[in-house]
Amino acid sequence: MGLLDYFKQESRSSASIAKERLQIVVSHERSRRHQPDYLPALQQDLMQVIAKYVNIDPDEVSVQLDHDDQRSVLELNICLPKD
Amino acid sequence: MAKIITVTSGKGGVGKTTTSAAIGTGLALKGYKTVIIDFDIGLRNLDIVMNCERRVVYDFVNVVNGEATLKQALIKDKRATNLYILPASQTKDKDALTIENVGAVLETLSGEFDYIVCDSPAGIEHGALMALYYADEAVIVTNPEVSSVRDSDRIIGILQSKSRKAELGTSVKEHLLVTRYQPDRVTRGEMLSVQDVEEILAIPLLGVIPESEAVLKASNQGVPVIHDQKSDAGQAYGDAVARFLGEERPHRFLESQRKGLLKRMFGG
Repeated sequence: MGLLDYFKQESRSSASIAKERLQIVVSHERSRRHQPDYLPALQQDLMQVIAKYVNIDPDEVSVQLDHDDQRSVLELNICLPKD
Repeated sequence: MAKIITVTSGKGGVGKTTTSAAIGTGLALKGYKTVIIDFDIGLRNLDIVMNCERRVVYDFVNVVNGEATLKQALIKDKRATNLYILPASQTKDKDALTIENVGAVLETLSGEFDYIVCDSPAGIEHGALMALYYADEAVIVTNPEVSSVRDSDRIIGILQSKSRKAELGTSVKEHLLVTRYQPDRVTRGEMLSVQDVEEILAIPLLGVIPESEAVLKASNQGVPVIHDQKSDAGQAYGDAVARFLGEERPHRFLESQRKGLLKRMFGG
């Protein structure tokens, strides 16, 4: 690092960007770790069925499988367009 | 009963074979009878890193197929007494290994050795699964870099779900080994710190190996870098082995070398 660098205002270090990006992707991937392999295919099929009737944004659909001691819950979240 | 240690990472090129050679040698130098097994079927490299590539006659796949006995396939290391190498096959199909035949080989070795070090291939496919299935402990080799950390997290997930220990309802003891660490770049905010990697992966730290010229020099010569106790990497591996065996040692090589005032002002 030279003298000039001290005057450059670098807002964020690349290492802290790397850390933040990793934390997000790793937590996302961990949450999917215990989900069955068929979930993405199920999501695709559900989307196709719904798209037959309503114009939906694929990003506005989420399918999640949650477990607790007693049971498993398949949660389907779809944002329908306004009209 | 031998303890089975799998050296794994998900990502390739992070230092699994270098680490397997160093840790295996380190354990042998501490007096434990140790065998290092190369699980990278088709791309064998442990032999060349350990300078026994010209002594390979039979390999791991020959043994599982019953074409050779373990005694015929094991290569005795010339530097460390107590150390043996079981090379991978260069030609055979990687699907030659199965849970059953690998289990049988490990069972036999287990009667004779204190430690079995399994050098995993990269990836999360069959070969990597074979290398980790029977693990008692795992060394997760990670570079302070996004793709390596992400892949390490994946392999940790696999250890926690697909290993034999996981199937039996217990767990593989995990150790984080950060390699190719450059403290000066960490100071400059250009590289993830050890603390960052520990925080993300959330497994206990076994050691930090600094980026070092000694590592390439060691593989050039076929001498595991842990023999080079003058080098930073050799000492860091020595510490890691001691910690693995329960000794408490402070982590070294985490700080950058102090630069003089002139160097700091004018760069370099």
